[in-house]
Amino acid sequence: MMPIMRNYAGRLLPQCIALVIIVIAISIVFPGFLNLQIQNGRLYGSLIDILNRGAPVVLLAIGMTVVIATKGIDLSVGAVMAICGAVAASLITSGHSLAETLLATLAIGILCGIWNGVLVAFLDIQPIIATLVLMVAGRGIAQLITEGTILTFNEPGLIFIGSGSFIGLPMPIVIWLVFGLLVAVLVRRTALGMLIEAIGINRQASTLSGVLTPVLLVAAYVLSGLCAAIAGIIAAADIRGADANNAGLWLELDAILAVVVGGTSLLGGRFSIAASVLGAIIIQAINTGILLSGFPPEFNLIIKAAIIIFILVLQSPRFRTAFSFLSIPGAAGKPTEREAK
Amino acid sequence: MQTNSDNILSAVRIEKGFPGTKALDKVDLHLRRGEVHALLGENGAGKSTLIKCLTGAYRRDGGSILLDGAEVDPRDTFEAQRLGIGTVYQEVNLLPNLTVAENLYLGRQPRRFGMVDTRSMNRKARELLAEYELDIDVTRDLASYSVAIQQVVAIARAVDLSGKVLILDEPTASLDAHEVEMLFRIVRRLKKRGLGIIFITHFLEQVYAISDRITVLRNGQLVGTREARELDRRELIALMIGRELATEIQSVHPDAVEGETRYTFRNYGRRGKIDPFDLDVRAGEVVGMAGLLGSGRTETAEILFGAHRADSGTAKVDGRTVDLSSPRAAIRQKFGFCPEDRKTAGIVGDLSVRENIVLALQARRGWTRPIPRVEQNRLADLYIRALDIRTADREKPIKLLSGGNQQKAILARWLATEPDLLILDEPTRGIDVGAHAEIIRLIESLREKGMSLIVISSEIEELVAYSTRVVVLRDHAHVAELNGAQLTAHRIVEAIAATNGRKAS
Repeated sequence: MMPIMRNYAGRLLPQCIALVIIVIAISIVFPGFLNLQIQNGRLYGSLIDILNRGAPVVLLAIGMTVVIATKGIDLSVGAVMAICGAVAASLITSGHSLAETLLATLAIGILCGIWNGVLVAFLDIQPIIATLVLMVAGRGIAQLITEGTILTFNEPGLIFIGSGSFIGLPMPIVIWLVFGLLVAVLVRRTALGMLIEAIGINRQASTLSGVLTPVLLVAAYVLSGLCAAIAGIIAAADIRGADANNAGLWLELDAILAVVVGGTSLLGGRFSIAASVLGAIIIQAINTGILLSGFPPEFNLIIKAAIIIFILVLQSPRFRTAFSFLSIPGAAGKPTEREAK
Repeated sequence: MQTNSDNILSAVRIEKGFPGTKALDKVDLHLRRGEVHALLGENGAGKSTLIKCLTGAYRRDGGSILLDGAEVDPRDTFEAQRLGIGTVYQEVNLLPNLTVAENLYLGRQPRRFGMVDTRSMNRKARELLAEYELDIDVTRDLASYSVAIQQVVAIARAVDLSGKVLILDEPTASLDAHEVEMLFRIVRRLKKRGLGIIFITHFLEQVYAISDRITVLRNGQLVGTREARELDRRELIALMIGRELATEIQSVHPDAVEGETRYTFRNYGRRGKIDPFDLDVRAGEVVGMAGLLGSGRTETAEILFGAHRADSGTAKVDGRTVDLSSPRAAIRQKFGFCPEDRKTAGIVGDLSVRENIVLALQARRGWTRPIPRVEQNRLADLYIRALDIRTADREKPIKLLSGGNQQKAILARWLATEPDLLILDEPTRGIDVGAHAEIIRLIESLREKGMSLIVISSEIEELVAYSTRVVVLRDHAHVAELNGAQLTAHRIVEAIAATNGRKAS
């Protein structure tokens, strides 16, 4: 068991270091950053805020990780968020119960996943094109559901999902923690993880080995759709309304970025849910940090892009071979570091 | 003198190496004016490397190329084209979404007032194609015509551009008999015009139908150049396949099997892949499959394993009719299959040796019942030891292993599922001599334990050594079955070479 734990720590080390550096940098610029206080039995503070604001991207990144592991990509998650937010808002305002609303919304997310999965697995359409269809159409569908307006609601149960708290933590954090843990356990305690990685690395060889490739591919996109549905509900509950134009806008790109920052290759194969969650938190930390530090918001996107290019360059194989001599002292230092643990 | 004025193209002592291998070792090729020259050899013999050196797609490491008696050094395919060497590949490399005329004159369209003069381009295209007995609408997209017509358009363009040497790289692979005849008429006409034509194909009937001379390569070396008239088929195949292997492999010809017939295939086949065949396999028997590349060997294996669905016939295991419509269905019947192309269809490169070994077993159990890690480790260690897979440890990514060890790991993947019928497609290709011998020994020991095996191999002597029977394939059909005293390398080569009254196709 110990070696496995050590492998796990080693896998997540770069993301942890990046996150710590970013947090330290922000707290230097903005001294109150690390403060936490409890009011009305709920934790408050910038750190909690990052975890809370980051909830949609974290959730999308969980599904996106599994899709990318199969050598696919899901561009439709932002649009699916908008659809699901719109569905939830319109059902709740038309008098359905909270349970009905939530179940129906999650079912819609799953349906979107099945659509994507069937296009990819059975019709053999390239994932980027297959999911582009729903990415474009989805926002239109969401606008049809809301009839072009921002559909607001006042149902306390639904609002609780966006701004309530549970044992001191805001609900969105509780939801992604529990859901992320569930998915991680599901893929690693069953053989799903290995079979998905096998498909992503070599689909033909996997099929010839008897892996039920098409079904697992559809399952990956269904998980992604489900994640987008939960993210959509949280986003809508947060603003107490469904905004078909802006809900989840560009979030598919943040989710892909989170997976890449988490170190999962876009070429498919080896993946780590935990690393992608960390990647999503890193991205949210960058967003929050730039806002707090008082840069004009226009700089936000440019600074984000610069940081991301830096991370991606660090990951590129060419850079690694060109600068492999730099890592020799680090590599020599690693074993002692591990032994210390 | 080797380089007399009859030769339009002379390649002298061409050398080309890739890391770890010598792809071409001082190969000579002399092409006369007005001849069709067949370039033959099994896969990996160096045919396409030689062609790529001639057309500038590769830079050769040594040797010289004389075109019309003058030394040339094409740096890329455009330069080769300009010098007079045109090439037409199996997959037509034109632009399917442009019109026929645009394809013919791409990059050199006739212009008027600085604009492309479409009308005169179409007229010229029609005139050009008329020389090839082709009367088609040149303003339609190339993609709307058959592959045969596209081939002719490609030839017309190549000849019009280059006009001295025409290289045809497997042009007939996807044509039917009628289309091949049309293509050959055109080739004969070009020959009369004095072009030198190099023709690469795997169909020996076609070689004899059109070629004047034949050059055979094997393992990057020139075996010889002969007049087609004076070289009979058996001799030709012996040149292509070689006989050195005979000394290496001690014949351990197994005794006649007593096992019961377990697998019965009747009229089994799929259109366009393999003609319907009958096949019986007993317990404790190795059935060899021999034939040239493209004869339907791999297609037979794929159809037996369900990688392609059969569209005719029945399959029975122990007298029960079974469904073999997918690899999963075949695995349920305890079939296993090591494919020919290890890299693209066998190994899962980034996964560890352990994960590659347990993959098929895990897939059969389903994702909800993971094999416990302890059991995975036990299986991996067991087969790493039993098959002597050389790896630092079981967690090493399989892509870092040598070809022979990868092959053994794929074998281990199937052995872990405890199969009753194992289909091996070229199990010894591209692996070193040591691993080679080990895999042959493994086939022997599995047979002795009562497993049924179907083994496809290009190495005839090897097949003779371990097979109880050998099925010979030709032109997508099972054409002969040899056993007992008939089972010799000589008889197999004869059966592969026999024409059997089949027309060139």
